[in-house]
Amino acid sequence: MLVGIAVVIAVLISMMGDLSTYETLASAKQKEGKSVTVIAMLDKSLPQPILYDPAKNANYTVFHVVDSLGNKAKVEYHFEKPFDMEKSERIVLKGKMKGDVFEITQKDGILIKCPSKYKDDPKAAENNLSQN
Amino acid sequence: MNYIGEHLFPGQLGHFLLLLSFVSSLVASVAYFKATVARADDEKNSWKRLARIAFIADAVCVAAVFAIIYYLISSHYFEYYYVWNHSDRSLNTGYLLSSIWEGQEGSFLLWAFWHGVLGIILIFKAKKWEAPVMTVVSLMQFCLATMILGLYVFDIKIGSNPFLLTREVFQDAPLFNDPDYLSNARMMDGNGLNQLLQNYWMVIHPPVLFLGFASTIVPFAYAVAGLWRKNYGGWTKAALPWALFSAAILGLGIMMGARWAYESLNFGGYWAWDPVENASLVPWLIIVAGLHTQVVYNATGHSLRPTYFFYILGFILILYSTYLTRSGDLQDTSVHAFTDLGMNWQLRLFVLFFTIPALALFLARYKHIPFIAKEEETYSREFWMFIGSLVLFLSGLFIIIFTSLPVINKLFNTNFTVGSEVEFFYNRIQIFVAIVLGVLTAVTQYLKYKNTNKKNFAKKIALPLIISLLISGAISLFGGIEYRAFGPGFLAAIHLAIFASVFTFAANAGYVWSGLSGKLKAAGGSVAHVGFGMMMVGILVSSSKKEVLSVNYLNPLNFGSENKEKGTENMTLFKGIRTDMGKYWATYVKDSVDAFDKTTYFHVRMEKKDGKGDFVLTPDLIRNTKGQEGLSQNPDAKHYWYKDIFSYISYAEVMNPEKDTAQFRRHTMKPGDTAFYSGGYMVLDRVTPNPSNDRYQFTPQDTAIMAELSITSSDGRNFRATPAFYVKNNQVHYNMDTIHSQGLAIGLSQVVDNQHVGVVVKESSRLTPFIALKVLQFPFINLIWAGVILMIIGFIMSIVRRAKAIKPERS
Repeated sequence: MLVGIAVVIAVLISMMGDLSTYETLASAKQKEGKSVTVIAMLDKSLPQPILYDPAKNANYTVFHVVDSLGNKAKVEYHFEKPFDMEKSERIVLKGKMKGDVFEITQKDGILIKCPSKYKDDPKAAENNLSQN
Repeated sequence: MNYIGEHLFPGQLGHFLLLLSFVSSLVASVAYFKATVARADDEKNSWKRLARIAFIADAVCVAAVFAIIYYLISSHYFEYYYVWNHSDRSLNTGYLLSSIWEGQEGSFLLWAFWHGVLGIILIFKAKKWEAPVMTVVSLMQFCLATMILGLYVFDIKIGSNPFLLTREVFQDAPLFNDPDYLSNARMMDGNGLNQLLQNYWMVIHPPVLFLGFASTIVPFAYAVAGLWRKNYGGWTKAALPWALFSAAILGLGIMMGARWAYESLNFGGYWAWDPVENASLVPWLIIVAGLHTQVVYNATGHSLRPTYFFYILGFILILYSTYLTRSGDLQDTSVHAFTDLGMNWQLRLFVLFFTIPALALFLARYKHIPFIAKEEETYSREFWMFIGSLVLFLSGLFIIIFTSLPVINKLFNTNFTVGSEVEFFYNRIQIFVAIVLGVLTAVTQYLKYKNTNKKNFAKKIALPLIISLLISGAISLFGGIEYRAFGPGFLAAIHLAIFASVFTFAANAGYVWSGLSGKLKAAGGSVAHVGFGMMMVGILVSSSKKEVLSVNYLNPLNFGSENKEKGTENMTLFKGIRTDMGKYWATYVKDSVDAFDKTTYFHVRMEKKDGKGDFVLTPDLIRNTKGQEGLSQNPDAKHYWYKDIFSYISYAEVMNPEKDTAQFRRHTMKPGDTAFYSGGYMVLDRVTPNPSNDRYQFTPQDTAIMAELSITSSDGRNFRATPAFYVKNNQVHYNMDTIHSQGLAIGLSQVVDNQHVGVVVKESSRLTPFIALKVLQFPFINLIWAGVILMIIGFIMSIVRRAKAIKPERS
């Protein structure tokens, strides 16, 4: 019995070692080629932060992000552009830095945080009422 | 200001009833407490009478509030914020109900409503356990009542009142300076129900799930009552049907949620290890563990302590999951958690209010809980059932620890996160849980309590073992399960897990005959296990053989050394053009719009290349509600008994309704000249007067000219274009040519001189409507749903049997 519990604890500890941590774009660059998680925003200073041309290639989205420290990077995502990406407040990215490009090869490597996609957005609601 | 046309009475009545339910649940809690601790019978009985009246009053109030909210929503009284914010006029009856539980207030009400129902049953059935058990239930009702109270005490908001008026919420909006604001067009319709919840599963999944949540309080309350009254083992038989009910309904609710996710989200599946999913799965695992230790205790006297532990923990985890999903702490890890409603302190208090006293009581009384010092025999049923429960517990512990990382980060100021392979992160552990549980569930039924004759055991288990080896061997050999994404170790584990699941299925089905000699009344447990095995087989096969049908090899991108040969997952389909999709020809035929202009359906005809079976998929895009722009996807699936073909729209032009502003550019070219466009270049090969070919049939009497161009895109693909122009009845006619995949329209505009012609080129992605479609295939996914149904049937059979078993004691 105790042996079993010990084994489980050992497994748990080894799993802890597999956890990654949130990185900034700068620290991700230093860990080039290693799988990391970064929280960033779309770089709205660019006229077109997202490039997606489904007629040519529906499986390729390129966008530019900036993190909270102001570091910028280009991101290549080898899937369709997530819905509502333009409206996102924050984007959680899971992938690898390859040179200056952040590359995502997993479909769920992007989590879009919209101003509350599923639930009430008091601001949107208020705007809706105040407009004429 | 006197506003015109508002219906204020129902709201005032509703809020009064909320306050009344708050007070009466408090009275019920105190009175039941007094009834529990009172010594004299008269005193006990008079407190109990008061408590019952108070509790029933509370239950009636909650039900009435619920009815009032439904009345307001179905009458479209948009002066109420809740109505305005969660519904609109386009919704049918079912979705009007969904509107109630779309908001946090409504879901708390739903939860409280079920406690009311369960509490009333307990009043009639619990006999001597009524007072202590109902003390706990009433306290819970009291806590839930505070969540929807909507009172401010010294600027601290307690609860969120569902009867606020729209004008009270948006006090500054200029609209409300008008006494007749309800006639304003903006108030004529509501914000609507979230588009993703407009699915029939969302009408029934939340009530069932919340009944499951609510029911976990009963075993918890019995356990607390046992500790409190120091009657440690007296409640376990009476509480067993309740625990079974809880496991059945919570399990059903979770799987209905999975079905909803499968049908209306674009995860491409029914389970994604999303924190919101995990938060309700873990309490279920713990309750099921408790269920098994409770059965062991009833039969042998072993395992009472773990039973206490599991039931207390199961309920605490329900509260904790409420906190996780409603506090907004999961924003970075979950796609569908609630956002912060500004009552986090209240939610935390709510969790601690039950956790601390319950755990303190458990620890204080732990030593007094009877136990049998002698360890169980290795060949006894109770030993392996206990091991199985322990595995369930550890599996749940593992899931909840990693789901809680955002909370852990907050507490300890760390920043851990699960890596980029979220599903594999959980799957690689849970696959071994499945193997161990599968084998245990298969074997344990054949063991007897106390001790088992080894020879008999071997004889009985041999047949199911051989059958399972044959069936699972056949699946492994001929099933084509080659899921190599995570290496040979994981693939081997999948095959082992398939064996274990088939073994569970066969051994438990066999046990109904050999162990129970066909006595179906007593077979509830076995039937539930058969369902469990079936579900596991379905999960393993449909996930490991999940296949992308819309693989696109046209753009073989370099995915790096990891996935070299892999195509990409979306297929671009131009309207009316039959496109090769592996075993199928796919044609995007047309699109249609529903009556409210909310949903656009895309009709895609799928033709099997071998001619056996054509069908139409109609995935749709639904307009976002709540004043948000844009659209959301809604998948569509073709169901066969042995597989599902599942599809959703990744892109369609309605998503991007900009006008086509691209202009034609003119090139003057002679044969051999090259012109460039953004995606490559084109060469004018030759110019032919009065051509006669597949496309044009001109005779030497006509005045016509055709250009032939070779186009090479930058990714190395070649195309041909043959634009032409001709004169007929003194009118010039132009025949353009289009290269859809390059977004090119090419025309021949004029003859400049006898060497040069004018070629016009437009680049635009909107020449022909197109969609980017993803199509997936899930084999044997119906085994999952059938397994769930069988499991529930097994639970119900057990509930009936265990409930009957209590009766003799009572009389």
